[in-house]
Order: sequence, then C-alpha cells, then structure tokens
Amino acid sequence: MLDSAIEIFTAGRNTARLFEGLAITLKISAAAVGLSILLGIPAGLLMSSKKRFWRVSLKLYLEFIRIMPILVLLFLFYYSLSSVFNINLPAVTVSILVFTLWGTAEMADLVRGAVTSLPRHQWESGRALGLSELQLNLFVIVPQAVRRLLPGVINLTTRMIKTTPFVFFINIPDLVKVAQQIVEVTGIRNPLASVWVYGVIFFIYFAICYPISLFSRFLEKAWQN
Amino acid sequence: MFMKAAWLTVSLAFWGLILSLIIGFFCALVRFWRWPVVARLAGIYIELARNTPLMIQLFFLYYGLPRVGLLLEGRTCAIVGLAFLGGGYMAEAFRGGFSAISRSQIEAGLSIGLRRFQLLRYVIFPQAVAVALPAITATAIFLIKETSVFSIVALPDLMYVAKDLLKEGHNNESNLLLVLSYLLIILPVSLFFGRLEKRVRFAGFGD
Amino acid sequence: MPDNPQVVLKITDLVKSFDSTKVLKGINLTVGHREVTVIIGPSGCGKSTLLRCLNGLEPIDSGQIELNGQLITAPGTNWSAIRQKIGMVFQNYELFPHLNVIDNILLGPVKVQGRPRQEAIIDAQSWLDRVGLKDRALSFPRQLSGGQKQRVAIVRALCMSPQIMLFDEVTASLDPEMVREVLDVMLNLAKGGLTMLIVTHEMAFARAVADRIIFMDDGHIVETAQPEAFFNNPETERARRFLNIFQFQELERRRA
Repeated sequence: MLDSAIEIFTAGRNTARLFEGLAITLKISAAAVGLSILLGIPAGLLMSSKKRFWRVSLKLYLEFIRIMPILVLLFLFYYSLSSVFNINLPAVTVSILVFTLWGTAEMADLVRGAVTSLPRHQWESGRALGLSELQLNLFVIVPQAVRRLLPGVINLTTRMIKTTPFVFFINIPDLVKVAQQIVEVTGIRNPLASVWVYGVIFFIYFAICYPISLFSRFLEKAWQN
Repeated sequence: MFMKAAWLTVSLAFWGLILSLIIGFFCALVRFWRWPVVARLAGIYIELARNTPLMIQLFFLYYGLPRVGLLLEGRTCAIVGLAFLGGGYMAEAFRGGFSAISRSQIEAGLSIGLRRFQLLRYVIFPQAVAVALPAITATAIFLIKETSVFSIVALPDLMYVAKDLLKEGHNNESNLLLVLSYLLIILPVSLFFGRLEKRVRFAGFGD
Repeated sequence: MPDNPQVVLKITDLVKSFDSTKVLKGINLTVGHREVTVIIGPSGCGKSTLLRCLNGLEPIDSGQIELNGQLITAPGTNWSAIRQKIGMVFQNYELFPHLNVIDNILLGPVKVQGRPRQEAIIDAQSWLDRVGLKDRALSFPRQLSGGQKQRVAIVRALCMSPQIMLFDEVTASLDPEMVREVLDVMLNLAKGGLTMLIVTHEMAFARAVADRIIFMDDGHIVETAQPEAFFNNPETERARRFLNIFQFQELERRRA
C-alpha cells in the first residue's frame, strides 16, 4: 500500500506541483485577507457611525454577501463581468476580487461588533479632550477595538483558506486542481492514487488551519478580561 | 430544470442539516459530560471537520473511498460530507450553549431529584439551545451555502445546471437564475431563524 | 426539638477534602424531627460544604450519613430518591430561567415524583399563597425581585414534601430590604414544625429561629448550644471572637 503512495509522490514533478498549487491557494487567501482588512476597517467604522445612508447600504451589502454562496459570486464575476461589461479579468484576479468582497463584508461586521461593544464614555471623554473624529478613531477607538477584533480576523483567515478550493471551478491550478490532475494521470496505473492524494491535501489544509485556529483560541483566552 | 435542481439542493441541504444538528448535539453532549474516551474522539473529529474544506472531504468520499472498497453514490456522499462538516460546526455552536449553563443550575436540578436524562431534557437542553441559537443559525446558513459544491460529485444541483447553461453560452441568464434561486432558498431560512431567536429571547432570560 | 427523640439526620465522622485541603475534619451531628438547627461560623469554615455533602452534591472522603435510619453514603446510593427527601435552597436562588414560577415548582413533583399535575398545582398554589406570591404563578424569574425569587425557590423545594430542608446562606445575595421577607417565610416554616438545617450570617435571625446553634470553625464543630446561651455567653474563645466581630459590625452599621 505504501509503495503506491511513494510512487505517486516521487513520480515526475508531482510533489513540486502540489506545492505550486498550495502557493496559489495561499497567495489568493493572503491577498484577499490583506485587502479585506484594509477595506473592512473603514467600512466597519462607517457601519457603526451615525451616517444613515452608509449604515443601511452597507448592511444590505453585508446581508447579500452573507446569503450568496461564494461559488455563485465567483461565477457571477468570472462569467458575467466579461459578457456584460466586456471586462476580461484573469481568473486569479477574479478570485481575489470575490474573496475580498466577501472578506470586506465580514470584516466590516467584525469591526462594527468590536466598536459598538466599547463603552460609550470612551467617545465622550475623547470628544471632551477636543479630538477630531479622525483623531478619535485613530487614537482612542481603533487601538481598543483591535484586541476585541483579532480573534475574529484570524477566524476569517482560516475560513478564507478553507473556501479557496472553490477557485477550482474557474480553472485556477490551486492545490485541489493540481491534486485532481495528478489523480487523473496516475489513477489509471495506480488505483489508490485518489485515496492518497486527496488524503494528503486533506491533511495539508488541516495542518494549515488547525494551528491558526489554535492561535485564535489562545488569544481569545489570553485577552478575556 | 432549474426547479428540479433547486429541489435537489434543498433536499440535500435539509438532510445534511438535520444530521449535522444531531451529530453536533451529541458531540457537544459527550464533551459536556466529559465521557472519557468518547469525548476525546469527538474533540478530534470536531477539529478535523472544522479545519478542512468540504470540497476535499467530498473528493475523498467520492473518489477516494471506492478505491478501498466503499462505494457511495453521489447523493449519499453529499449528505455524508455535509453532515461531517456541519457536525463539527454545530458541535461548537452547542458547546457555546452548554457552557453558558452554570454548575449551580445543574445542582439545583439535581437537588429536586431530577435524574440525568430529566436534567438534560428539562434544564440543560432548553437553556443551551436558546443560547446557541444565533450560532446555530449562522452555521445553518453557512452549510446551505456550502451545498453549492455538490456538483463535483456529479449531482445535478443548481451549480451543475448553471454550468451546463454556461457551456451553451447563456452566461447572464444562468447567473441571474442562480442568484435568485439561492436568495429564495436562504432568505426564508434566515428570516425564520431570526424570528425564532426573538421568540426564545422573549420567553425569559436576562436574569 | 430535644423533646422529640426521633432522629431525621445522623452524621458520623464526616471527612471531606478538596484536593489536599481538608475542609471537613470529622463532623458528628444529629438533627431531630421538627428541630431547627442553625450552623454559623466564619467563611471557609466548611459549613456550606457540609450542607452540599448531605444531598450528594459533593462526594465525601469518609464517614457516614443516615437519613431516617437509612445509610445514604453507601456506594450505589440512588441519589435521585434521596434528594427528593432533602429540600435544598441555594444562595443564588437558581430558579430555571426558561420556566415560569409554576413550572419551576412543578418540575420536581410532576416529572420526578410522578404526581398528577392538577393535584401538584393545588399544592403549589397553596404554598405560593402562604409565602405571599399567589398572583405570581405565571411570572418568569426575570420578572421577580431577588426576595420573590428566593421565596419561589423555597416553595419549589417544599413542594417535594421533603423530610428535612437545607438552607445555604439564602439571604446572602439579597438586597438588605429583601432579607426580611425571606427570613419571615423561614420563621413561619420553623413554627410550623419543619425540620430545618440552616447556614446563615444573620445572627439575629439565627437567635430567633434556632432550637440549637452549631458553631463551626476550620472544619470542626467547635460548639453546640442553645441560642440564648450561645449568644449571651459562648463557651469557647473562638466563638466569642467570632461574635465580637459581628457586634462590631452591628455598631458600625448603626453609626452609618
């Protein structure tokens, strides 16, 4: 049994290709998480502000994104963007775009949750000191909110990583696609190929996500006061 | 065709959800009671389910298992996969509910002579579910969304039909139908749970 | 009362420790039928732990507990059956927040004892009436004050028709103005001849309600006495010091 595994992972560039696939998976998640944080923070601050227009429209946006499966969004942007607006984006760009749209919504909600959980007198004492709105957010609110935020952000990261297999559907050679190709090629000679290859990527995902979720749990406990 | 596909998605999601709730509840329960070996196993299962993508779980079930002699048809794979994933998430949702019940509530139940099952049925369960409901809702919606990958195990669900239409060049029509179908499936679920949460909250906490 | 020789509860050489700390270091105590016994002592002396051992909420290390002559510390004890005969009221009420008052009370009689619901309701209503909560049967716990909650908790335990009632610092969480209403209920129960074992910090109440005072310190019963004798002239130095602290607090309270 073990022979078949050794055969698969030593044959040709199989192992190297799996790592290339993993690199694409991680690249998409990293880019999307980074952009989501960047865009999600201002969006979240707007959501928790008194500006009605922003509050309502961002809430609608969030609800829509929450309800739509990511896969549907990928299809929407990959296939309809080109035909309706005549914009042709590479698949990787589309996937980063879609993950960012989703991540921004989730991030904004996390920020809103963290900000609204802060006691009201924080704002009042900040204003009493004569801080401008920007200064107030930058020096008073954000530093405190970050602590309440971080476990959620880390959680969002693992969710992103676990959702990246969806890019398989728009033909990006990510970890899953590579795995499938390897199984297709070697599966004829080696009937156990699918067990080994899918088993291995199962544990690759686990090996990446589990430590991250442990870290998030650790932070949550450490900051619980 | 779309109707049929939507129905398939709904029925798979339904059974997957029911099984997830059952698995999740029992995993959380054995961990709550700290049953020696079983609690440990449940813990490992929860981590595996929560830290791996559904798609890989499905690939393994559908393409991997037949090679070692266990042939599952697509429909079964889909439900088993969703239940495997969802069980882990639901267990975490229920855990939150269980941990909200104080030791002294349980002692109060014991002191009027409730036996273990009665304690679970009349004291622990109603309170745990009420506390866990928001998390259960979020998980349920997440799971319904995850059903969108079922086409990889050759099931003619919504995404599968949409892909077919794409191949024939009906990009926008198919995408529009896709968006509408999922809205129609998930929005009622979301609203239903929202109402349920309000009712449960009204029925008496905030003590 | 001493004039009634029937023994309800008999504790012999009870020892209990948490990890390596001994909390109860050999307790011997007998409670007679219709007798009201009040246990007082500094915090951490083991008085609450003693109560919790009596209905099996804490496992004991060694010793024996007999309830009406039945040994309840033997292995394989059916605790559910024992607990039906021992009512317990907790410091933080511990009503079930998802059930209204009447359902809180009925859970034991109907589900555990299997009594007909209608009969149990009549019983519960008459108890609620006696503690002044007749019109609160359909309220939820969150709609009640602390004093009301504690009175419901007492009724919940009483409706099981227990042979002895344990009260574990039942006024310690209450706002001062609600302490009285709960103590009044307990005083009436004592007059009615209920067998009670009470842990409390309310010295005036202890004096008024008790047939006998047990003073505990550091896991031992240090002194057993009639209330008047105990409060006027304690036999031991430790009891004297303990009472002094309370007298001082009493003075402070009056000055404030």
